[in-house]
Amino acid sequence: MNIFVLMKRTFDTEEKILINNGKIEESGAEFIINPYDEYAIEEAIILREQHGGEVTVVTVGEEETEKELRTALAMGVDKAVLIKSDELDVIDQFTVSMILAAYLKNQEYDMIIGGNVTVDGGSGQVGPSVAEILDIPQVTTITNLEINDMKATIVRDVEGNEEIVEVSLPVLVTAQQGLNEPRYPSLPGIMKAKKKPLVKLELDDLNLDVDDIEAKSETVEVFLPSAKQAGKVLEGENQTQVKELISLLISEAKVI
Amino acid sequence: MAKKVLVIAEVRNGELRQVSYEAIAAGQKIADGGEVVGVILGEKVDGLANSLIHYGADRVVVVNHSSLKYYTTDAFQQAILKVIDLENPQGIILGHTAQGKDLSPRLAIKLNTGLISDVIAVEKNGEEDVFIRPIYSGKAFERKKIKKGIIFAAIRPNNINSLKKDESRTGEVSIISADIKDLRTMVKDVVRKVTGGVDLSEAKVIVSGGRGVKKKDGFEPLKELADLLGGAVGASRGACDAGYCDYSLQIGQTGKVVTPELYIACGISGAIQHLAGMSNSKVIVAINKDPEAPIFKAADYGIVGDLFEIVPILTEELKKVLKVEELV
Repeated sequence: MNIFVLMKRTFDTEEKILINNGKIEESGAEFIINPYDEYAIEEAIILREQHGGEVTVVTVGEEETEKELRTALAMGVDKAVLIKSDELDVIDQFTVSMILAAYLKNQEYDMIIGGNVTVDGGSGQVGPSVAEILDIPQVTTITNLEINDMKATIVRDVEGNEEIVEVSLPVLVTAQQGLNEPRYPSLPGIMKAKKKPLVKLELDDLNLDVDDIEAKSETVEVFLPSAKQAGKVLEGENQTQVKELISLLISEAKVI
Repeated sequence: MAKKVLVIAEVRNGELRQVSYEAIAAGQKIADGGEVVGVILGEKVDGLANSLIHYGADRVVVVNHSSLKYYTTDAFQQAILKVIDLENPQGIILGHTAQGKDLSPRLAIKLNTGLISDVIAVEKNGEEDVFIRPIYSGKAFERKKIKKGIIFAAIRPNNINSLKKDESRTGEVSIISADIKDLRTMVKDVVRKVTGGVDLSEAKVIVSGGRGVKKKDGFEPLKELADLLGGAVGASRGACDAGYCDYSLQIGQTGKVVTPELYIACGISGAIQHLAGMSNSKVIVAINKDPEAPIFKAADYGIVGDLFEIVPILTEELKKVLKVEELV
């Protein structure tokens, strides 16, 4: 089975966000594989272990993303592809989806797996957009996946309820938390990763014209939430505290 | 400039979801004096159309089809594209819900337009429609706009106020047919796991537990409090990782991002990744044994104490208060 994983490099979720000159400050921040994409990578490796084949991880990004791609290779992915976006000033979900689809349309894929959302931009658009451009079906926010005879039986999380879906391959799925427990790269895995193929492509290599992938939306401003005033920590006996809390919720906060 | 805006409503268990009314309010703002056309898709849903008009839609287009009884990407996409083809709108608004998230990116590609997801507010900057949305799960925000083409946005439930219901409003309801075929996914079964039917993303009150609940049963007092307030139960990553509850309850940067009116955090320390998922709630109450827990910095009101003592008292005292109100 030929499996492709869509990956994005994101800020570590424990990072605080600072804004400098109207932009999110990136220097000094820790970067990780988007946590939902880690589930996607793990699921792809499990599928290869069950059905054989090859797993390729693909990302659109800058040179630094090689680090996260190496991590994916160390987890057990066979091959990594970095499509370099340095020449683009503005990128939105449309741009990224067009680039990924331009690469994938020349590949033979049975399964494409991505995270259902990134923890930075948080739009969740890229997976379904790529599926639409490739004209293949999708199943989003999946928590279980089984494949028999090129047919997938999938459990998806729909706002807490579970939907059981059947679909024929090829299909694009997006991973929800609970799908699996991503493995840590092993030491031999890290050694092997250094020798695994990591291909770097330019937009030209995909015959992409910058005008055709021009962003369709634009960010006008980024800003931080206004600092919250210090809250009240109540005092006294438990009963007294609870009564005071209720009265504050009714009269001051007006939420009850 | 006045625009024609389509608002794609969402039906759940035979009723319109609240986010549909919120989407109409957003749609009116974008329409700027133009027309707001509600769209309802389902098996037999024309009975719901007037409700959309009462909340501000000028008219409603209904697509009834047996293939629309349950949501599938292909069926809903085909039906909506048919309506878009007939109506030719300049704006489209829907909910950033499981359905909206699944469908809207594909529609945007089909319509060759941009899409702004997870919108919490709509602003007018002269003629331009500007959308505010959280990034980094609410650690920061951005103002975003569509550069050209159809204005297309998916709004987060619970953030944009719906308009006041006006039952004297009337409008045309048209029922159209759509040719729905070649569905590539098939829903075999739906397993309901959400008890009480209150979904985390739309809950007005959330009572959430962390490692401090200690075991599965530890969620019982939280559930009792949530039920009393008509709310939902949530959890921190710590509680989910420890196996005390299902991952579907997790609130945080990984997990769900929620904005209820009242968030009661019980035995949650307040890791940055959890705060990202809930810090935009209107009012936050923290109950924790550790007075140094970072959750108290995010909270409006804090009680330092054992949740197993405090939460039952809170439930009992609230019962008294709510009962008195009912009698009045």
